[in-house]
Amino acid sequence: MTATAMPERRARSGSAWSRLVANPLTVIGLFLLAVLGGLALAAPILPLANPDATSLSERLTPLFSPGAWLGTDHLGRDLLSRLIWGTRVSIAVGLAATLAAALIGSTIGLVAAFYGRWVDAVLMRTIDTLMAFPYLLLALAIVAALGPGLLNALMAIAVVNIPFFARAVRGQALAIKNQDYVAAARLSGFSDARIILTEILPNVLPVVIVTMSSTLSWMILETAGLSFLGLGAQPPTADLGSMLGDGRDLIHRAPMVALLPGLVILLLAIGINLVGDGVRDVLDPRLKSGALTRPAAATKRRLPPAPGTPEMDERLVLSVRNLSTFFEVGGRTLKAVHDVSFEVRRGEALGVVGESGSGKSVTALSLLGLVASPPGVITDGAIWFNDRQRGPMDLARLPVKELQQLRGSRIAYIFQDPLTALHPVLKVGFQVAETLVVHQGMGWADARREAVRLLDMVKLPTPAEKAHAYPHELSGGQRQRVMIAMALANRPDLIVADEPTTALDVTTQRRVLELLDELRREHDAALLFISHDFGVIADLCDRVQVMYAGEVVERAPSAELFRNPSHPYTRRLLDCVPSLTDDRKIEAIPGLPPAVDRLPPGCPFADRCEEAEAACREGTIALRQVSDRHAARCIHAPGAALAEAS
Amino acid sequence: MFGYIVRRLLQAIPVLLGISIIVFLVISLIPGDPATAILGAFATPENVARVNAALGLDRPLPVQYLSWLGGVLQGDFGVSFALDRPVADELGERIFPTFILAATALVLCAVFGLLAGTLSAVRQYGWTDRIISVLVLIGISTPSFWLGMMAIVLFSIELGWFPTGDMYSLFGGGGVGDLIWHLTLPAITLAVVATGVVARLTRANMLEVLRQDYVRTARAKGLPERLVISRHAVRAAIGSLVPIIGIQAGFVLGGAVYIEEVFQWPGLGRMLVRAISQRDIILVQGGVMLIATAFVLINLATDVIQSMLDPRVRDR
Repeated sequence: MTATAMPERRARSGSAWSRLVANPLTVIGLFLLAVLGGLALAAPILPLANPDATSLSERLTPLFSPGAWLGTDHLGRDLLSRLIWGTRVSIAVGLAATLAAALIGSTIGLVAAFYGRWVDAVLMRTIDTLMAFPYLLLALAIVAALGPGLLNALMAIAVVNIPFFARAVRGQALAIKNQDYVAAARLSGFSDARIILTEILPNVLPVVIVTMSSTLSWMILETAGLSFLGLGAQPPTADLGSMLGDGRDLIHRAPMVALLPGLVILLLAIGINLVGDGVRDVLDPRLKSGALTRPAAATKRRLPPAPGTPEMDERLVLSVRNLSTFFEVGGRTLKAVHDVSFEVRRGEALGVVGESGSGKSVTALSLLGLVASPPGVITDGAIWFNDRQRGPMDLARLPVKELQQLRGSRIAYIFQDPLTALHPVLKVGFQVAETLVVHQGMGWADARREAVRLLDMVKLPTPAEKAHAYPHELSGGQRQRVMIAMALANRPDLIVADEPTTALDVTTQRRVLELLDELRREHDAALLFISHDFGVIADLCDRVQVMYAGEVVERAPSAELFRNPSHPYTRRLLDCVPSLTDDRKIEAIPGLPPAVDRLPPGCPFADRCEEAEAACREGTIALRQVSDRHAARCIHAPGAALAEAS
Repeated sequence: MFGYIVRRLLQAIPVLLGISIIVFLVISLIPGDPATAILGAFATPENVARVNAALGLDRPLPVQYLSWLGGVLQGDFGVSFALDRPVADELGERIFPTFILAATALVLCAVFGLLAGTLSAVRQYGWTDRIISVLVLIGISTPSFWLGMMAIVLFSIELGWFPTGDMYSLFGGGGVGDLIWHLTLPAITLAVVATGVVARLTRANMLEVLRQDYVRTARAKGLPERLVISRHAVRAAIGSLVPIIGIQAGFVLGGAVYIEEVFQWPGLGRMLVRAISQRDIILVQGGVMLIATAFVLINLATDVIQSMLDPRVRDR
C-alpha cells in the first residue's frame, strides 16, 4: 500500500512546490532567505575578519572603510563579519526554538487528542493558562527564573510558542482520529504509539508546517528582543539582538551600528513571512482558487454592442433575450447560463424548474447584477425591464448606480435561506425600514412605523415587538415573512423568489407560499418563482419554464406542461414527482448533468436520454413551437423550429 | 446581558488561579535561592538558612503558594530586596506610565488596523490593497525595539521634533501636553506590530463577511455600495474583531517591555528588566502577576463588548 501511495504523494508535493513558486511574493521571500541563510551557512568559509577581534585603533570607522566595508563598532570589530556571524546565531536559535516548540507542542496536541478525557482536559487547561499570559511576559518570567543566557532565552521562547502548536495539532488530530482508517488500525491491534506515528502524524504535518511558518519569524524577533535586553546572548557570543543592544548606546555617535543588525532582522522576518504566507496558501484549501475573493458591487459584464430598444407593451415587465452568464474559474469557463430568453408579464407568475446547477438561480441573480464577480461575468444578451416611468431599459447595460436604484424598489428578491440572507446583528425592523429610507427618502421614524405595518401585512404576530428582534430570535417561517415584507416594501413591479420555502418545514412552506401568492396578486406584481419542486410550481405559477445545463429546454402554461410534456427531460422530471393517486414507481434520472465547461455539441441531455439518436449530438438544437404558447428544445418535439428573439 | 457578564467573570477566576500557580511555580523552581541572591555567594549556610526561614522559604511549596496568594489578594506582594521597599508600592508607581503607553498604543492599533484592513479588503487586489499589504508585511516583520531606536535617531536626534526618552521633561514639564509630546514616539512604535496584525486579520475577516448571503441581500435591497460596506459588512465583522484587539493587548503589554527600555519610560516593563537582571524574584513575581491579570481583564472586557455588538454571542 505504501509503495503505491508514494508516487502519488510525490506528484502532489511536486505540484505544491510549483504552486509555491508561482507566487512572485513567495519567490522574493525565498530569495531573501536564500541570500541571508546562504551567507549565514557560509560564514566559516567566507573571507571574513574575526568577528570578535577588537582593534582600539580602528573604532567606529565609517561605511566603506578599507578592510571593513560596513565599518567597525565601538571596539573596532568588523561589522560585516559580526553581522554575518550574528545572523548565523539568530537563525540557528530561531530554528532550534521553533523545532523544540513544534516537537513538544505537537506531542501535547497529539496525546491530548488521542487519549481525550482527563488527559485532554488537564493538558489543554494548562495550555489555555499559558495562553492567558501576555506573549513576551511569560518568556521574561522564565528567563528570570533560569537566568540570562542564549540557551535559556531559546527555551523561554520555545515554551511560550508551545500552545500554538498544541492547539493547532489537537484540532486537526481530533478530526482525523475518527476516520475509518484510524479505527481500522485500532482494530488491527496496532499499539497507540504506532497509530499516532503512522496514521495520525502524517496527516497533521501540514498543520505543523503552517504553524512553524507563522511562528518562526516571531521566535527570531523575540529571541533577538531578549538578547537586546541583555537577557539572551552573552558576550562574547553575539546574535543580531545583542548587536542591537550594543548599538543602542551608540545611536548618538554611530547610528549605523544599530541600524544594520535591525535591518537584517527585518529582512529575515519579511522573507520568512512571505514564504510562510505562500506555504499557507498552498496548504490551506480554503485559500485556493481565490475562494476568498471579494465579490464586486455588481456582476462583471463583457457584452457586445447594445441592440436596439424593443417595443414593450404596458403589461410586459421583463423581457430577457439571449442572456449568457459564465463563471470564469482559473482558466476554465463554466457556461452557467447560456442563451436564455423569456418574458414575464404584470400579474403573472413564471415558474423556473431544474436540478441544482441548471442555471435557474444564476439567471435570476443576473437580472440585477447580483451574481458574485469574480467568478461571474455576463457575456451576452439583453435584459429589458419595462420601467413605469422611463420605459424599456437594458439592465445588462445599465450603469451600476442606476441598477442600485432599481434593486429592491422596482425588482425585489426573496432568497432561499432567510437565516443567512438576513443580517445577523441588525434588528429585523431596521432591515425592513432601511429599504424604505434608501428608496423613498423616508425619515427613519416614518420608515420604522411603515416597517411595523409591513410586518403586520405579512402576518407576523405582534409586529411592533418583533421589529426589535434579531433574526436568530425568530422562527424560520417568521424570518421568511420578514424577507417578504422587505421585498414588498417598495411595491416592486417584479418579485424574484429563489426557492423561498426550501429551508422551511412543510406546513410553514404552505402558509408562506399562500401569503406570497396573495400579496403579489394584491400588488399586481410579476413573479419569477424558482424551485425544484413541481408541486409548488403547479399551485402557484401560470407558466413554467424548465432549465437544464444553463439552457431553457421547455416552456408552457402550467396545465399544458403537466398534461403534455414535450421534452424527455421534463417527462423524466415529472416522473420524479411522487403522487398519491397512482402507484407508479419513482425513478431517478440516470447519470448526471454534463459539466458546464465541457458541453457536448447538440443536446446536453442526449447522454441521459433514452430517445437520443445521432442527430441529437449535432449542431445547436433550437426551441420548437409545440403549440401556441408551448415550446420545447428537442428534435423529437412536434412543431417548427422557433426563431428566437435576438 | 448581566447574566453573561457574571458568567464570564466566574470563568475568569480559574484562569487567574492558573496564572498565579504558573507564576509562583516558575519563580519558585529556580535553581539558586533568593537568600543567596541577597547575601551573596560567600554567605555561610547558617545565614542562608536564617534568611530562607525569615522569607518563609523553608515551608512546603503548597503552603508557600497559599500564603503568597493570600498576600496578593490583600495587595501584599512581598518586599523587593533589591529596592528594599514593598513590591506593591513599586508597582503602584509604575502602573500609570505603562497603562497610558499601552492604552494609547492599543487605541492606535485598533483604529488604524481596522481602517487599513477594511480598506484593503474593500479594494482587494487594487493598488490601495497592495500598498497596505506591503506596509503590513513590513510592520509585522519589524523588531519594535529597533524601530524605536531608529525613530529616536531620526525624529529626536536629527530633526529634534521629539524628546529622546523619559515621560516628562526634567525642567518645567509635567503637563498633559508634555506627556503627549513624550508619549508620541513610544506609543506609535509600540503600536506598529499590533496594527499590522489587526489589519491582516481585519482584511481576512472582512473578505469572509463580504461573501456572505446577507451582504448580497444588502445589495439586492439597492443600498449604495458605501452603505453595504459601512453599515452591513463592517457591522457584521466588528463583533469578531473586538476580541482580536483584546488579544493584541497581550502583544502590546509584552512589547511595552522593549519600548520602555528604549525610551526610558518609567513603567512596569523597565522595572521588570532591571528586576530580572538583579534577580529580584519577588518583584518579578508581582510585576508578572499584575500584568497578566490586567491582560485577563482586558480580554474579559473585549468579550463583553463583543456580546454587546453581537446579540448571537450572549444568547449562545
